[in-house]
Amino acid sequence: MELFWYIIVAIVLTVFFILDGYDFGVGIIHLFMAKEEKDKEVITKSAGLFWDSNEVWLVAAGGLLFMAFPTFYASVFSGFYLPLMMVLWLIIFRAIGLEFRSQFSFQMWKDIWDKSFGVSSLLLALFFGMALGNIVRGVNLGGVENGVSNYEAHYFFLPLWDASFSPLTESPGVIDWFTIVIGLISVVALAIHGANWIILKTNASINNQLKSTILKLNSALVLLTLFSLIMWQWMNPNCFDNFSKNPIFLFFPLIYILGLIGLFFVKKFDREVYGFICSSAIIFGGITSSLVSIFPAILPSTNAINESLTIYNTAASEYGLSVAMGWGVIGFILLFVYLVIQKRLMGGKIDKMDYGH
Amino acid sequence: MEDMLFYDRLQFAFTITFHYIFPQLTMGLSLIIVFYKGLYLRKKLEKYNDAAKFFMKIFAINFTMGVVTGIPMEFQFGTNWAKFSELTGGIIGQTLAMEGMFSFFLESSFLALFIFGEKLMGQRLHFLTGFLVFLGSWASGWFILATNAWMQHPVGHEVLENGVFVLKDFSALFSNPWLLPAFLHNQVASVVTSSFVVASIGAFYILSGRNVEYGKLFLKTGVIFGLISSILIAFPTGDLNAKNVAKYQPAAFAAMEGIFETEHAGAEIVLIGQPNMVEKKLDNKIAVPNILSFLTYQEWDRQIPGMDQFKKEELPDNIPALYYSYHIMVGLGTIFIGIMSLAVFLLWRKKLYVTKKLLWAIMFLAPFPYIANITGWYVAELGRQPYLVYGLLKTSEGISPTVSSGNTLFTLLGFVGLYLILGVLFLLLVGKTIYQGPKHQTH
Repeated sequence: MELFWYIIVAIVLTVFFILDGYDFGVGIIHLFMAKEEKDKEVITKSAGLFWDSNEVWLVAAGGLLFMAFPTFYASVFSGFYLPLMMVLWLIIFRAIGLEFRSQFSFQMWKDIWDKSFGVSSLLLALFFGMALGNIVRGVNLGGVENGVSNYEAHYFFLPLWDASFSPLTESPGVIDWFTIVIGLISVVALAIHGANWIILKTNASINNQLKSTILKLNSALVLLTLFSLIMWQWMNPNCFDNFSKNPIFLFFPLIYILGLIGLFFVKKFDREVYGFICSSAIIFGGITSSLVSIFPAILPSTNAINESLTIYNTAASEYGLSVAMGWGVIGFILLFVYLVIQKRLMGGKIDKMDYGH
Repeated sequence: MEDMLFYDRLQFAFTITFHYIFPQLTMGLSLIIVFYKGLYLRKKLEKYNDAAKFFMKIFAINFTMGVVTGIPMEFQFGTNWAKFSELTGGIIGQTLAMEGMFSFFLESSFLALFIFGEKLMGQRLHFLTGFLVFLGSWASGWFILATNAWMQHPVGHEVLENGVFVLKDFSALFSNPWLLPAFLHNQVASVVTSSFVVASIGAFYILSGRNVEYGKLFLKTGVIFGLISSILIAFPTGDLNAKNVAKYQPAAFAAMEGIFETEHAGAEIVLIGQPNMVEKKLDNKIAVPNILSFLTYQEWDRQIPGMDQFKKEELPDNIPALYYSYHIMVGLGTIFIGIMSLAVFLLWRKKLYVTKKLLWAIMFLAPFPYIANITGWYVAELGRQPYLVYGLLKTSEGISPTVSSGNTLFTLLGFVGLYLILGVLFLLLVGKTIYQGPKHQTH
């Protein structure tokens, strides 16, 4: 039952990063590439129409995590207090950037909200990547100092950084060299994803230029990925054990690699949706491979005293998890129906859609 | 430790108060929008469709604000109330996760279609998407109230030796006797807020001579919805809630009514007075004898336990705030019934649109249902103190063990600053939308 809910929460979270991920990517591309007002408008619209229903996946992931793994929820949310609060503020600036832009028609008003949308999208992509980096690296559970726990074994509090910025100290901070690299991977991957979304949903004048950008970013992503793997192997020599013991799990990194390879042919695709599928594969493969590599842990411990948080020692009661399975199934069927209706009615290019307030 | 508890409570109180400005309007307003859209389908008069679309614009701004200020609420369960989440997540996680699955997805999927899809879908489907948005927003209220009902009157659980609350009976969460009266009271209260806002915009249009035809329509809708909801808010929904408090939280009941000493021959109802916590009495009291006993139990001489019957640690920790919140809510509710009765009477006598003084009053009345709604929630939350889960888990036992008071103060100040900016932008945009009026065409 724990495994079932682990998979469900992982799926919901991955869907969130694929869906809202393109909104973040659109924001990054908008910040650096959109120059003409006509492009800016249509690019904002390609995120503005969808951010709200995409963000619900984050709320749902939070709610399901709370219900199924309350101890993990409590530990992680209080332990990463400061970065999470900053994520909340950025989410606010992202949303009002998208929603308030079209409320007045003078240029300065639009410029303010464009920057609000772009900069917060960039930082959110960075922060979410760093969050993933923190999860796989692990934290100092129990706040151990000189061999003694300061808190209960499943609680911790992470400072923003440790003066050395090293991922190898006993109590690393939120920001260290490893999490920065994962954060950059996230920024680059989501920028590619956003560019693919813009190509798919709009007729912006920069669409051809974006394909060249995707090629460059994709090369950077390959290098960053290799670098992060070497770094990780150096930090934790056992980090690939789950894959060598169960080669079937190599499916997840394979998806990632196929996505990367596919994007090198972005200029030759005869349908625009292929690019979007490739970058979705990268996000899916990246998140799932990271999670599988630490399984069954969901938050490894960096000290030898307190054991890692796993799906088994943080789950809610058996009865609760099985009742939730009942309503969960109904919920997911409904969700699927909404998605189909929404995509059928709002499919295709959005340039002509009425975005009036 | 004391500091940590204080700042965690203050931050939650501040962020939830600001957040609840928005959902209380959107829940009620979605009902009025569906009403206008339905009228348009039956009578085919353009003005009803214009009205629906105009309020949809105001709804959309409020909805965005509600979403962005709502996510911090969900996060704070984990960030600031980690121990509470760890111990009770197996129970309230159920209702909160269901809110995400059954209400937010519904609301957000169909809101975009309602705003952008009128031409794509045709009128009947457009009405249906509006109805689904209404359904989603009320379902959200249902799950939040189910969560709160469990905290007020916990049922269907078992407490393990390590203090963890384990779910034993899922259906008990929804058959909780606290839930239905609280849900109805809350939803009717949101209709009060939205109908007063609709009436206020109508009064503004008539008084300013802009969009007078729409002004009359809004005013008429607003005062009729306003009178019905103002009556329902007191009876039966308010009455049922008060009886629940008397039955399940007698200490909170004594404190909110301001009964310091038990009166053996029936309790008086306090209309006005200030709690004096040093001498344990009410200063400047105006009260009517025996009425409270009658209202609560339909017996004139029924004894109601006063605060002297409870140990200090069982009583709410801020009695004056609880007492004032309750009396402000009830006082405003009474004024609402009075003004709306007068307005509907004049509407019937066909004099409402020319009674300037009343129109001015209605125009400036719009903020007061917000105050009544929020003080109403203060009554529920302050009354539950000193517990998070009534009788079982103290508020002081629920906070995050690792988040220092300095960190919470820092983020609280961040929220204050950010919400100040949000509040100014919100007023600017709503003001602009009202100023442009229903006939304003978007390009």
